[in-house]
Amino acid sequence: MRVQFKTSYDTDIRLFKDRYQLAWYAVLGATLIALPWLIDVFMLGEITNVLIFAIAGMGLMILVGQTGQASLGHAAFLAVGCYANVILQQRAGLPFVVAFPLAGLISGVLGALIALPMVRLHGIYLAIATLAMSVITEDIIIIAEPLTGGVGGLFAPDISLFGYVINRYGDPAAFYWFTLAVTLFCVWIYRNLLRSPLGRAFAAVRDSEVSAQAMGVNVPKTKAIAFGVSTFITGLSGAILGHYIGVFTPEAFNVLVSIQLLLMIVVGGLGTIHGAFFGALVIALLPTGIGMARDWLAANVGLTTTAIPGLETATFGVILIAFMLFEPMGLYGIWAKMRTYFELFPFYRQGMFVRQKSYLKTERMR
Amino acid sequence: METIQLLVSGLANGCIYGLIALGFVLIYKATEAVNFAQGDMMMLGAFLTLGFANSNFLGLPFLIAVPLAILSMGVIGYLIDIVIIRRLFGQSQVAIVIVTIALGFVMRFAAGNIFGFEPQTLESPLIGRDVTVGGIFLGLDELLVIIATIGLTVGFWLYFSNTKLGIAMQAASQNQLAAYYMGIPVKRVQSLIWAIAGMMAAVAGILYASKGSIDPNAGLLGIKAFAAAVIGGMGSLPGALLGGIIVGMIEPFASRYIPAGYSQVMPYLLLFLMLVFRPHGILAQVHRKKV
Repeated sequence: MRVQFKTSYDTDIRLFKDRYQLAWYAVLGATLIALPWLIDVFMLGEITNVLIFAIAGMGLMILVGQTGQASLGHAAFLAVGCYANVILQQRAGLPFVVAFPLAGLISGVLGALIALPMVRLHGIYLAIATLAMSVITEDIIIIAEPLTGGVGGLFAPDISLFGYVINRYGDPAAFYWFTLAVTLFCVWIYRNLLRSPLGRAFAAVRDSEVSAQAMGVNVPKTKAIAFGVSTFITGLSGAILGHYIGVFTPEAFNVLVSIQLLLMIVVGGLGTIHGAFFGALVIALLPTGIGMARDWLAANVGLTTTAIPGLETATFGVILIAFMLFEPMGLYGIWAKMRTYFELFPFYRQGMFVRQKSYLKTERMR
Repeated sequence: METIQLLVSGLANGCIYGLIALGFVLIYKATEAVNFAQGDMMMLGAFLTLGFANSNFLGLPFLIAVPLAILSMGVIGYLIDIVIIRRLFGQSQVAIVIVTIALGFVMRFAAGNIFGFEPQTLESPLIGRDVTVGGIFLGLDELLVIIATIGLTVGFWLYFSNTKLGIAMQAASQNQLAAYYMGIPVKRVQSLIWAIAGMMAAVAGILYASKGSIDPNAGLLGIKAFAAAVIGGMGSLPGALLGGIIVGMIEPFASRYIPAGYSQVMPYLLLFLMLVFRPHGILAQVHRKKV
């Protein structure tokens, strides 16, 4: 247990609490950079997938975890980012370095614009509106066939960064580093956002709209900005996802993907950056994990299980329900408890993380 | 002629959306929980009936299978509440949204693995019987849907306004704490409401299955029911039915007069317009909080 003496107000908002924390994150960063030499190509691809999901998760986390607005429609913005990136490169002939951030911006601006009528809503209305948006995304992509290739989908070209061509299969390490760089950029935006006045406005809106309004926060504007930032990051993730999967069709962005994204960050732990990464790990590695478990059962127990369709989603659903019942803070909650246990050893108490229950807040009186 | 035909088929579809929305609004009204699994409960109800009635499963007589399925869905609804939802009491609304979505996943998985993922038809005595009224060609199944919905709505209205338990449910939904002080067993009332919602889902499922085929993904129909609930005004029972009928009516006309591809977007377009201009639905139930 290290005791910190706060000698200035800056201590409260520094990116790293102290040197030890900085050192730990430096170790983590170094490991991540060295990863291509440590694991094989297949696992590297999986980890890249985790990072892409983590970026999308961070985008959604800003909205759900930080601002408290549930969105069930973020796959729509994955689609916007993905399609905008490829269309800008192929139709408009823009280089990747321009098209990629532009795709994020288009997604962000679109998100903020769509949010404008929706920000007057709250809670459940917003969830349903975004769900509806997610449902019609597929139809809209098919309607816009001349631009998007309709049901046939589009083919993502290789990434070319200042003349250096990155192919997902030809050069997985470079693709991984590129994804890692974007991830770090998003983490940096996220962290800085949280310690800015805007981030505090987000938290105020999440905790109580009435009090936020009383404190002078422009609630609809804050929500719209949250939507914009969130969809910007999700759009970036979508653009990388397009290059990662190579060929994409409207089906890659259907409503189940939206739902999965939301469930992912809940399993990870709402309101924390760690949560986005933990959730992404679970969702990206679950199919592989189930496959491995099946192989292991076949090899060691002699039990040959036939592939059960839909087992992944169902397992995920059960995990989620279990988390909601027993550990609402998700994987981050477990992590925080473990860390506190070791930091305070042997003074950890059972009741340290008990949350105060808030009794029914009716939505009809607001 | 054609317009009337479209009107009737739209009305029949709309009644099913309305029934799903009704179950959804019922739970929302009474417990402030939003049950995103209502569509999947409908699917499960339809499959249970299919499992009881179809000759390749249990092969019970249709008239026994239907109440059996409705009853089992009631039990499932009750269990969902006491095992899962009740423990989430006091957590945010989003928590319940997420849990019910996850429950929907589990139900879809269970139904798919027990009954198969291909579309199946319920061996109902109604299929293929038609009535001709004044030159209009009506399916008996469509008529039954409309009649059943009207019957259920009137029944619920009477139940909520006249019976002791119905009034207790209304009280529990308006103010849980006050209802508790008045001696209403709020927890049990809420579980009963989940059971009723489960039974309604089963009815909707049976009606839906007797109109066509059913597969585990039919639960996604629930999304249209949510749209219906919002259009009608969340928390209002007649609103739910009204919204369902509006959504159901738009669909056949849109697919008749608007080019394919655009037509299926129409219900959601209406939802967005509604949210922009009258966010709380046609029959709004929201009052501004006075501090």
